[in-house]
Amino acid sequence: MRWRAYGEHAALLDCDSLAQTIAAHATVSAARPSGIAELVPGARSLLVAETPGSGALAAVRDLLSGADLEHPPDGEPREITLDVTYDGEDLELVAQDAGVSIEDVVRLHTDAVYTVAFTGFAPGFGYLTGLPEPLRQPRLSSPRTRVPPGSVGIAGEFTGVYPRVSPGGWRLIGHTRTVLFDPRADPPALLAPGDRVRFRSAG
Amino acid sequence: MRALEVLRPGPLALVQDLGRPGYAHLGVPPSGALDVPALKLANRLVGNDEAAAGVECLFGGLRLRATTSCTIAVTGPAVTVEVDGRAVGSHSPVWLAAGQVVAIGAPATGLRCYLAVSGGIAVDAELGSRSRDVLSEIGPAPLKTGDVLPLGTPSLPGGADVVLPTAAPAELVVPVEPGPRAHWFEDLATGLAKTWTVTSESNRVGLRLDGAALVRRDEYAEKELPSEGLLTGAVQVPPNGLPVVFLADHPTTGGYPVAAVVRQASLPALAQARPGTLLRFHSSTKVWNR
Repeated sequence: MRWRAYGEHAALLDCDSLAQTIAAHATVSAARPSGIAELVPGARSLLVAETPGSGALAAVRDLLSGADLEHPPDGEPREITLDVTYDGEDLELVAQDAGVSIEDVVRLHTDAVYTVAFTGFAPGFGYLTGLPEPLRQPRLSSPRTRVPPGSVGIAGEFTGVYPRVSPGGWRLIGHTRTVLFDPRADPPALLAPGDRVRFRSAG
Repeated sequence: MRALEVLRPGPLALVQDLGRPGYAHLGVPPSGALDVPALKLANRLVGNDEAAAGVECLFGGLRLRATTSCTIAVTGPAVTVEVDGRAVGSHSPVWLAAGQVVAIGAPATGLRCYLAVSGGIAVDAELGSRSRDVLSEIGPAPLKTGDVLPLGTPSLPGGADVVLPTAAPAELVVPVEPGPRAHWFEDLATGLAKTWTVTSESNRVGLRLDGAALVRRDEYAEKELPSEGLLTGAVQVPPNGLPVVFLADHPTTGGYPVAAVVRQASLPALAQARPGTLLRFHSSTKVWNR
């Protein structure tokens, strides 16, 4: 774990693992020192930007230097269940590469409990960690130019849901009708870093 | 209803205010006016709160008709402003009677002019802001002919008199600080200090630059970077070595190394950098050795 400079009013914490990143983010979120302008977890990092002159960066450094990041704060994460129809175009490919049946893919995906590690790519697109090993598969060699909204995909160590139409290279296994992002709603994004997510087969 | 009617939007006219910072963790860019001081000035000239929404007008061509009497002001680089065909000048408050038409010409230098109107543009806010975010497509759609922009309640103009327009220089010197992945690059300060050219691929997401490609150190040559947080002003360097300077509508995470970060005071100048503008990054050598 190491701090790196990020311009005048920010710093990036390089973390050793995704688990450490999640713990660091949870620790800062729980304490939430005043003056934090942005707090952006990544796959192996935590970006902290402060309101100039607030001293929030120094406060976060102090907080994390004394924190036990092997055991993140307990807290009570929100739990969100998403109903999914497992009818994705890449379902067979995923089953083949995993060496299991399509039913097994659905069972593996629905049995796991996921954590929103970070958001990016598009508003409300959460990178969910906790994917069972056989489902950790590469992106498509040629990304789709149009992925329909609500598509549930997998890529590498992550699973996630496309909030709206966009290009994308994740392997698609199903879709949900749940709205992931609505700028007029409060909160606007259904998934925020730290949330727990389960998928339920809607048949 | 107090309103402005769009007769012609020009190449690109967007409603902008000071943006929606604080949502990066949800994947939402900060957005907002790229030349913040220009929007604030225009608002002050018409008696608005500095944070009121105005129109960011890319390369002029905007024509609006007032459905009610109101006060407007146009700021940014020097530009012709006409009311019913009569030149009235930028950088000063101009009173429009109901039915009058204001037209903004192409700026002599720079790219983006800002039109503020008394009461501000009162379209619905999304996530606390009326800014159009071109990357995420949040906020009001780009203006098109026939749009009717509702106006808020006006207050008394502040009474500013003469304000000098800015002129965008043909060559920019941009102060930078080290970014989190500065150590990935060979002789970075020297590379950044060479002359770069702003390309026509640039937009509100970022300024794309052409020049002598930055070179990664051998040990980082093939290294993949897991997605990490991005901020406005980040100088991100894709594998081709040509930097992208992120502006207000930047993605909130990305997978290429951020070599340097532009000082915030330079962002308004970057907002006005036309394609072809020459640009050099400047940093004090001591900061690279920390």
